[in-house]
Amino acid sequence: MTEEFSALRGPYDIAVIGGGVVGCAVARRFTLAGARVVLIEKAADILAGASKGNSAILHTGFDAPAGSIELRCMKAGYAEFLEIRERFGLPLVKTSAIVAAWNEDELAKLDEIVAQAHVNGVANVSRIAGGEVLARAPHLSGAVLGGVWVPGEYIIDPWSTPLAYIHQALANGAEILRETELLSGEFDGEHWMLSTSRGKLQASTVVNCAGLFGDVVDQRLIGATHFSIKPRKGQFVVFDKAAAKFLNTIILPVPTERTKGIVLTPTVFGNVLVGPTAEEQDDRSVATVEHDALEQLIAKAHAIVPALAGVPVTAIYAGLRPATEHKEYQIRYDVEKNLIVAGGIRSTGLTGALGIAQYVEELYETRHAGRQKRQDPVWPVVPMLAEQGARDWTRPGYDQIVCHCELVTKREIEAALSGPLPAGDIGGLKRRTRAGMGRCQGFYCNAQLAEMTRGHFAAPLEVTVRHD
Amino acid sequence: MTERIDVAIIGSGPAGISAALELRKLGVRRVVILERERDAGGVPRHCAHPPYGFWEFGRIMTGPAYARRLVALAEQADVDIRTLNTVVNLLPGGILDIATPNGRAQLCPRRVLIATGVRETPRSARLISGERPLGILNTGALQAYIHLHGMLPFQRPVIVGTELVALSAVADCRSHGVRPVAMFEKNSRATARWPLNLFPRLLGIPVRYNSEVVAIKGTPRVTSVLVRGPEGEGLQEVSCDGVLLTGGFVPEASLIRGSHLVLDPASQGPAIDQFGRCSDPSYFAAGNVLRPVETAGWCFREGRRIARYVVDDLAGALPTGQGEGEIVCGDGVKFVVPQRLAQAVGKAGAEHLEIRVPCAIKGKLRVLADARVIFEKAISALPERRILIPLRVVAAQRGVRRFVVEIKP
Repeated sequence: MTEEFSALRGPYDIAVIGGGVVGCAVARRFTLAGARVVLIEKAADILAGASKGNSAILHTGFDAPAGSIELRCMKAGYAEFLEIRERFGLPLVKTSAIVAAWNEDELAKLDEIVAQAHVNGVANVSRIAGGEVLARAPHLSGAVLGGVWVPGEYIIDPWSTPLAYIHQALANGAEILRETELLSGEFDGEHWMLSTSRGKLQASTVVNCAGLFGDVVDQRLIGATHFSIKPRKGQFVVFDKAAAKFLNTIILPVPTERTKGIVLTPTVFGNVLVGPTAEEQDDRSVATVEHDALEQLIAKAHAIVPALAGVPVTAIYAGLRPATEHKEYQIRYDVEKNLIVAGGIRSTGLTGALGIAQYVEELYETRHAGRQKRQDPVWPVVPMLAEQGARDWTRPGYDQIVCHCELVTKREIEAALSGPLPAGDIGGLKRRTRAGMGRCQGFYCNAQLAEMTRGHFAAPLEVTVRHD
Repeated sequence: MTERIDVAIIGSGPAGISAALELRKLGVRRVVILERERDAGGVPRHCAHPPYGFWEFGRIMTGPAYARRLVALAEQADVDIRTLNTVVNLLPGGILDIATPNGRAQLCPRRVLIATGVRETPRSARLISGERPLGILNTGALQAYIHLHGMLPFQRPVIVGTELVALSAVADCRSHGVRPVAMFEKNSRATARWPLNLFPRLLGIPVRYNSEVVAIKGTPRVTSVLVRGPEGEGLQEVSCDGVLLTGGFVPEASLIRGSHLVLDPASQGPAIDQFGRCSDPSYFAAGNVLRPVETAGWCFREGRRIARYVVDDLAGALPTGQGEGEIVCGDGVKFVVPQRLAQAVGKAGAEHLEIRVPCAIKGKLRVLADARVIFEKAISALPERRILIPLRVVAAQRGVRRFVVEIKP
């Protein structure tokens, strides 16, 4: 997979830089619009950067800045997701959310939150009293004073969702090149000649969806950037599935100036998630978990839902959000250079992605109107991984359950290692199947996964011992 | 639903198989073992070291040989071992939802015995800081790499913990060309008993006490760990290509957590009475799912003993749960099993209360019956060591609602 191209690739209409959720959605959008699309990703698999660690919530945009591009993209993304998700077989759990106030100061801000939601066009958001919060979330600590009910906030599968977008792009003619890093580009007034770690490719327009490296990619292409990425780390703790019975709705904090704060939410996989922290750092690649921060998250979760104190931790992880010096998304079309950048998509990218793709396409259409849309596009169905969905193990012929904690079958793992976009590393396999993501974290299945993935990954699970 | 099964046993490790053998020996006709793996035998399948089988078979065997022997005996005894059968739900009254490669099924045996064993605590639940590279494993996974798949996950790991299982890991490493860099133990002494605790040193592996791995580095594979040493020594970076997290056993009680059965937060296994009976009397439990962690021999005997109570129960000879007393752990005690005492007439049940301590402790081990001291004994106890109190201490008390087991320094 990592060998150099045998010849110049292309020409493409669109080269998308970055295989995160935004890049996947943009590649899909342009492919369906009839463009010839290539997506390049420097990692061994898609969703390897900011998109691998989020809270998996489909946001209404009730608390986004009024009039912002972010709000517009979130609302459009939210609507399109609801419209298309069944065709992909993507799960959706209609949890709703409650912004919970735990002190008088927070309580005093609730009316403002409701007013903002209404300005943002999310009309069904309303103020509820402490008693009603507890009626809706019976295991919440009795210390809650009141809340804002947001019925339209839902939870989705954070990885199958972008996987569905890129799969549809690929099924309708797009190409993806992984382990392919953009090094530089030359624009001749009509075409980009892009130099990558594996060779050259030619494209008319470049869409920079490089997430944590958005500013770097702009620099490499045009020697300038109008934003700089300031990675913001978010750590998360996942509680055992036994926690699910204690929480059926998303609990949001009253936000502060700096951050949306720590969220406690069910997941579609049947767990409960608490996070993220918000920690500025310089490193764009490495997000470490930190013992003390994890303990604080756990304590926070226990304070919100006391019954979680008896529930073990299943997983811990950390992600990086591509924050910038701006609050707003940084989406621009440099018409002189045929370059569109979609940068600074810091924490609402999963919701906003489809809307961002629409917005980017609109910008592009201002200069390239009248293209023929793809007729009758293919709609590939992605594996159902949600706890409430029809999982593979419920259907005969799966051969064996390999991951017992998450009930992942051999058939599912084999499927994820083949097809148009096979898993490129163990993280990619986990995101496609959930194998090894359960409570034992591979005690039972890691060795079998090592054997099943032999020869598939550049970074294999096994090592070869030198006998010296 | 129409299949007639007397007893369904979940898990084919030493406790499950010995229970099945005993049930068959006592004339129970239809005994089924449900095993989710492809091969029966449980954890001993991949523990290649002795000593297994001394108590059961009068000779010392390796784990795989012991597992094969157990399975062969069960087959000879007409136990119906169904591998690749995953129990996905425990329903009231002993009804089991099963997933098999041929489709889903529901079983309705007269009694269920849960014998799902233990596993080790993974990195996540230990909340160890750092990156999340390849090469971080528990001993169970290492053993599966070596003995079930003929592979290795690392060459120069550090080993965390000094329970018996860590020494087993050292033996596996050394016989397969893996050279552990060091062992780290957060306490001031090894958890495994002397002289076994000398074993790593004899192999030239440094053992550092009062030392804790606090962070892991590397991408995509482990490159080093940060170790916090004894007071005043600060952090030290140790190069390695893997982290083996040993011990820290927890019952594999996910089915119970997801069910109507009462789970004891102290043992993290099902709450049982002295007959191994769970809060729903259709369910019994035996082996390491009851408590972390005992030897295979202990689990074998426990499975056999609890099988006898199942037979008694099928004959209507066990007392009902009326007038039960609860047995709870007080200060200085990590857990106590059983957690309930049924008022028994003519049936003794377990011989002992099993307790464990969370850390090294010296003091008076006491049992209180409704706040009255009924048992007291000087004790010096270490974590992960078996501590027993004769059951008759509590069983002799009539009408007590609450027993507390505690250690006062």
